[in-house]
Amino acid sequence: MIFINGISYYLPEKKLSNRELNELFPDWSVEKIAAKTGIVERHIAAEDEFSSGMAVKAAQKLFKEYQISPDEIEFVLLCTQSPDYLLPTTACIVQDLLGIPTTVGAMDYNLGCSGYIYGLSTAKGLIQSGDVSNVLLLTSETYSKHLAENDKSVRTIFGDAASATLISRKRKGASIGKTSFGTDGKGAANLILKRGGARNINCDLTGSNEGKLFMNGAEIFTFTLKVVPAIVEDTLKKNELKLDNIDLFIFHQANKYMLEHLRMKMNIPEDKFYVHISHCGNTVSSTIPIALKAAEQEGYLKPGMTVMLTGFGVGYSWGASIIHY
Amino acid sequence: MTIENFVKKFEEQLEDITPGTITPSTAFKELEEWDSMTNLVIIAMVDREYNKQITGNDLSTATTIQDLYNLINS
Repeated sequence: MIFINGISYYLPEKKLSNRELNELFPDWSVEKIAAKTGIVERHIAAEDEFSSGMAVKAAQKLFKEYQISPDEIEFVLLCTQSPDYLLPTTACIVQDLLGIPTTVGAMDYNLGCSGYIYGLSTAKGLIQSGDVSNVLLLTSETYSKHLAENDKSVRTIFGDAASATLISRKRKGASIGKTSFGTDGKGAANLILKRGGARNINCDLTGSNEGKLFMNGAEIFTFTLKVVPAIVEDTLKKNELKLDNIDLFIFHQANKYMLEHLRMKMNIPEDKFYVHISHCGNTVSSTIPIALKAAEQEGYLKPGMTVMLTGFGVGYSWGASIIHY
Repeated sequence: MTIENFVKKFEEQLEDITPGTITPSTAFKELEEWDSMTNLVIIAMVDREYNKQITGNDLSTATTIQDLYNLINS
């Protein structure tokens, strides 16, 4: 078995409150933003703060908190859709900044809200292959740099963050069960950033909203209604479990309204459904590790418990996994 | 569900609206209360009440409440 032996996260210092958003978008009151999104404030990366630096801070916290030496890391997996550069790989920059030996493997992968689930499964596979014993899984996003100033539907939701997780062969924390996956590229256009890739390399998209993140919230919502209940069921089956066997559900923290609807749709009791979004917002691939860490700190996770993690979003890409404490 | 009930459910989703404002012929996207969040609220209501997943595109195509009602029942 393969284990999650520690999680830490980093939130940038600067915050964006509902009051500030209300000043920008007067038709959405402070109360309305809080009630609909469940978010009170989001953390925003400084102008000179990027995914590499945030991932480094999260990893340094992890190393300190769990007494891990950089020498123990044999592979760095970094999930980001706001890399410092298109190339080189952000994970390579991070290896150097963290002082991890050059004998390490390091790579980025480009996924959003499903990223943590894919990372857990990939790390598990790397360890099970026998190639390595300790994987450092990092998620780091500065989506704020992708957002148009005047786009309230995304500015109210997204916050910046990074997380670091140690995944190992040696048991200390929760074991990783079986994972289910889902992909549908037909949804590509509903959550997209057209700037930065090769396709628009000669178009000047600066200054126009075309060069910023586009989200069709309604389509994304419908997509989750269709796929999330199905993958929850699929993952339960794969792990030979029933809904009642799950002690805590941690879904990607998209927004509170969507989460609450999904919870009721699937008849998940409120006390088994963990929501942690009010003070960090939707941090993309970091929402699940942040919520896991918070649930642990708040005493929700006890030995013997079974937790389901579910991520879904941009791609479309989705996945769900089981972890046992 | 009858059209009357659907109109009532629809109206319940909109905050601060005077009851009786919505009729089957209301062009709902022209309502002052309509915004990106309302899209989600209506999709959620239809999912809850009808167990049908309408899309953002469905909402774009429909003009009146009746159009939306017909689409859900088709």
